[in-house]
Amino acid sequence: MRSVVRVEAVVPETPSTVTLRFPYEPEAAPGQFVMLWLPGDDELPMSLSYTRGRSKGVTVKAMGETSRHVLATRVGTAVGVRGPYGNRFDPRVRRLLAVAGGSGAAVLAPAVEAARAAGAAVTVALGGTTGRELLFADRLRAAGAEVVVATDDGSVGERGFVTVPAGRLLAERTFDAVWTCGPEVMMVKVAELAARAGVRTYCSVERHMKCALGMCDACALGPFHVCVDGPVFEAGELVGRTEFGRYHRDASGRRVPW
Amino acid sequence: MADLTSRFAGLTLRNPFVLASGIWGESGTSLAGAWAAGAGAVVTKSIGARPRAGYPNPTVEAYGRWGLLNAMGLPNPGIDEYPKEIAAAREAGATVIGSVFGGSAEEFALLASRLAATGVVALELNLSCPHAEGYGTEVGGTPEAVEEIVRAVTRAVHLPVIAKITPNTSDPAALARAAEKGGAAAVSAINTLRALAIDVRLRRPVLAHGLGGLSGPAIKPVGLACVWQIAGAVRIPIVGIGGIASAEDALEYLMAGASAVEVGTQVAFDGIRVFGALADGLGRLLDDLGIPSVGEAVGLARASAAAEPALGRPSR
Repeated sequence: MRSVVRVEAVVPETPSTVTLRFPYEPEAAPGQFVMLWLPGDDELPMSLSYTRGRSKGVTVKAMGETSRHVLATRVGTAVGVRGPYGNRFDPRVRRLLAVAGGSGAAVLAPAVEAARAAGAAVTVALGGTTGRELLFADRLRAAGAEVVVATDDGSVGERGFVTVPAGRLLAERTFDAVWTCGPEVMMVKVAELAARAGVRTYCSVERHMKCALGMCDACALGPFHVCVDGPVFEAGELVGRTEFGRYHRDASGRRVPW
Repeated sequence: MADLTSRFAGLTLRNPFVLASGIWGESGTSLAGAWAAGAGAVVTKSIGARPRAGYPNPTVEAYGRWGLLNAMGLPNPGIDEYPKEIAAAREAGATVIGSVFGGSAEEFALLASRLAATGVVALELNLSCPHAEGYGTEVGGTPEAVEEIVRAVTRAVHLPVIAKITPNTSDPAALARAAEKGGAAAVSAINTLRALAIDVRLRRPVLAHGLGGLSGPAIKPVGLACVWQIAGAVRIPIVGIGGIASAEDALEYLMAGASAVEVGTQVAFDGIRVFGALADGLGRLLDDLGIPSVGEAVGLARASAAAEPALGRPSR
């Protein structure tokens, strides 16, 4: 059920993002998540950024209190792990566009690696606030993906939202799937652009999570529970049919607009 | 096929399998999903006066398929926000029972009257959460408190009131008698058993709150004993709760004296489809045993106890 393991590496990825590597045997696939427990603090759902072999990893951006504690974690710190939970990105694609915003590359990087290993041609539209905050650009290139960058300040790549190069790529080229992870309004926009090009979008969705067992309802999203039915959804299941892109729920279950 | 209709406390449910409070109860769409999956009725999350985040994680610890420890800490969006979730469930046709928790009889009565206005068919009073300071067992742990709270609520609302009582007491039947005296239309039993898990490597309790409540198949015999004792002590109907994983488990509760049952933890193990499977399974089981209806099954095991003194009389 739950394992207690010691962090074996702490890798700074950007000024606000770190990767924790820890030994964890259970098999995992790109897209899946674990519940990572920092004893004395909180337990959070975290998509695996490293899924292969014994050394798993999560890559975390400092947002809430607990994320900041993750950033303060040292090699040797004992953490609790349960999972992996949820579904996966299906790597059986030929021409893939991946669109990552914020820390979305944390889950998309292993998924892109799996798609490349399965022989797909992959283009990644990678967004970040600044060039220094771009996550996994080198890792994605090393996997053999073409990486197109957009930053809010224009310090690297083109200036503006990552949806701009994503829309251009969808208009100019042929893809048979889009995978995306990032802010929800971004994912809705990406799904719209892809639908216009006749391409299906698969989104990795985040919700407040407690049990991760499909029971407590904290991660309810329309008729789904992100922990057991997701976290990867075909956008057509969500956009316009659920609250996706409109609101999420806080720890009390209150609806909070994005 | 046997008639699965469950009639008690003025309610008529299409089958006796009710979604327990705290499971799939945060969103109205989820409640509707449990109804669509075949539940006979659905109970909301326990709703309080204000939004409440509940405890930090870890909030659950699972023990294979035999038990689940939790201390959620009564998370709920509060009585101002929650009616829209009930409305969503009712639009889908669900039969909804509203659950409330309060820190005093007055608060219970106020919340119950507000929830009664949302179209719920009955109210379940959470007198039994084992791990929330100032609520649950702490306010509903004695017969005097149960009677006072139930009386305050039954004076405030015209709907059937179901008092959900705790097993964490030496005499659950006394709490049920107090609920009956206070005017409850039914009692439901049991809530979770107070319980604890410790991680020996970390030298600390697993749950952020420390103490929690145990549910799942491990507690079924405890729930059955409570229902058995309560059935010997009160005339009002009983809703049996605790570790129901199969139709046979449910029939045990019915035979012990329950008129309906609530199912919660099994949703974590089997998914929400468990409701359809339980209803189908109970229909087949009753047919196999030659019992024509759910109503006929209620209390069937009690006749043998009355006839054979060696089986013992429930305490009074």
